[in-house]
Amino acid sequence: MGYQLSRKTADEIFGRLKQDYDIFAPKLYPGEGCFSDTDVIRYGKVGSLDEIEWSKRSDYSFKEALLAVNEVLFYFTEKETRVPSCTDKKLLIFLRSCDLHAVKRLDAIYLNNGPEDFYYKRLREKARFVLMGCSETCGTGFCVSMGTNRTEEYDLYLKPEGELYRADCRLEELQRYFLTEEVSVCEAVPDYVRENKEKVTFPEKLSTETFSNPLWAEYGSRCIGCGRCNSVCPTCTCFTMQDITYRDNENAGERRRVWASCQVDGYTDIAGGNSFRKTQGEKMRFKVMHKIYDFEKRFGYPMCVGCGRCDEVCPEYISYVNIINRLAKEEG
Amino acid sequence: MGLDINTKKAKKNAYRIGKVRGEGASRIRVPGGYLKAEILGMVQEIAEKYGNGIVHLTTRQGFEIEGIRLEDMDAINEMLQPIIEILEINQQDPGTGYPASGTRNICACIGNNVCPFANYNTSKFAKRIEKEIFPNDLHFKVALTGCSNDCAKVRLHDFGIIGMTMPQYDPSRCVSCQACVKGCRSLSVNALRMENYKIIRDEEKCIGCGVCITKCPTRAWTRSPKKYYKLTLMGRTGKKNPRLGEDFLIWTDEDTIVKIILNTYRFVKEYISPDAPGGKEHIGYIIDRVGFEEYKKWALDGVTLLPETKMRECVYWSGIHFDR
Repeated sequence: MGYQLSRKTADEIFGRLKQDYDIFAPKLYPGEGCFSDTDVIRYGKVGSLDEIEWSKRSDYSFKEALLAVNEVLFYFTEKETRVPSCTDKKLLIFLRSCDLHAVKRLDAIYLNNGPEDFYYKRLREKARFVLMGCSETCGTGFCVSMGTNRTEEYDLYLKPEGELYRADCRLEELQRYFLTEEVSVCEAVPDYVRENKEKVTFPEKLSTETFSNPLWAEYGSRCIGCGRCNSVCPTCTCFTMQDITYRDNENAGERRRVWASCQVDGYTDIAGGNSFRKTQGEKMRFKVMHKIYDFEKRFGYPMCVGCGRCDEVCPEYISYVNIINRLAKEEG
Repeated sequence: MGLDINTKKAKKNAYRIGKVRGEGASRIRVPGGYLKAEILGMVQEIAEKYGNGIVHLTTRQGFEIEGIRLEDMDAINEMLQPIIEILEINQQDPGTGYPASGTRNICACIGNNVCPFANYNTSKFAKRIEKEIFPNDLHFKVALTGCSNDCAKVRLHDFGIIGMTMPQYDPSRCVSCQACVKGCRSLSVNALRMENYKIIRDEEKCIGCGVCITKCPTRAWTRSPKKYYKLTLMGRTGKKNPRLGEDFLIWTDEDTIVKIILNTYRFVKEYISPDAPGGKEHIGYIIDRVGFEEYKKWALDGVTLLPETKMRECVYWSGIHFDR
């Protein structure tokens, strides 16, 4: 159901939601960007609507609200292990259409890809999603090309419009928060992007033959293997395992999983010292092919949602958009 | 009528007396080397009207308009007025040019307006110092550089200001990629190591260059909200004993630096040699004469250092000696 509400009412509703939900949203962290006097927008727990960065796309995606960068799987000591407890509260995650489409990809990987992932599942079941409309395209996104510019999968839509908020609540669980006299019922259709600056044509004839395209070596020679593209990507889900014992007591420790990057050295290292993809070109080929080819073969739709964050963050100005368009042109 | 020029006055008015009789050069100070492009047009106009059409880009980031006739100084001063105003140079009598030249232009690298390595806005800080210390006839050289690369060569100045940041580490965002460790090893001082897949920073070794922060792909490393500086003292070129400036304060702040520079003017007034040619003596030579302990007493007068500031209790300079 659609609603219109004043800022004051929205703040009150937010206050009530906060009691039942941990609310994660894109936040501006002043001065915490890569360079001096630059900011970063990334996800964090928010205590009020004013803390939310509404105008710009976040530099890092929502995924860390569901998949912590570091997640302890269990603590161990002697013969005991213990799984860390999960938050009692439910989660409310503010995100944009492209990212909500990414949730479907995370679900595919963690829930519909063999055994369900216990840790992902227990958080995912608690998660509700608030769609933040996009009134205009971001700089590097290509959601229209990917068909991820619109979604109806949201639980709540909320958007500031001048002094008002417009909301559309699709989930009964959330509806009761809006049952107040200050809220008027009206139509609320989420804003969405109709045209991006970047347009992507998907290659249709990719195959293992694509491996020999010289473009991989060309871009590989430019890539520094920093893994920023993986860090910001809402659909990169790889992790690595780390077992550590505590510095002051080697009889106790923890196993954790930590985000891993297929672009960073060590990703394909295996016992015995072998490593499969050695050059940056091979690593980039793997990443791009996974995003637009391998995943689709398994699940029926591409992994990439076209958020464009990887293009924005690359310090070497490597454009994933351009790589896909070149593949479409060169491979057909 | 003969050409009757008070060269001492002309020099203080920022004119160079040249080797060609009756000719000189007009020196334009540009604090921090930071200027609106419109000033270039004004410099061009003066050079073409009163000079020989040539402008030298000085080693201290100013302009020197060559080939001017010394009798044109008053007219040139009138034309310098808009430049002085746009650059907000302290001045009491408009239309009279620069009121002093002893305290040299404050130099700065491009800083964080552009450079990804810089840890602060060098030109902004340069302008602040300029406002505090100019005009003054004493021979002071101040330079600022954004990071420990020291592109501005601040260690060749009386006061060298090097930008620092105190790296902030959030282990919960760290993915153990070691980009910071490798960056610190190859580009800086090898102050980072990994233990239990998390990074340990050797605080004694770290020079606050910020490389770890620019290398970090996840924002596990970020900059301290507070900007820090290293203050180096008494570097110089020269005929007697060229030397590199030595570290005095590490992890200090802007206010402290400004206070120390102002205190140093008082110190120099007290101890400058009465025989100093042209009233100019390198501050370093004065400190050599009276001792660092005495200088430190003056420099730190009224200064409260930050708790995190490291101070070198005694500073010794080496350099090359041609004077003994």
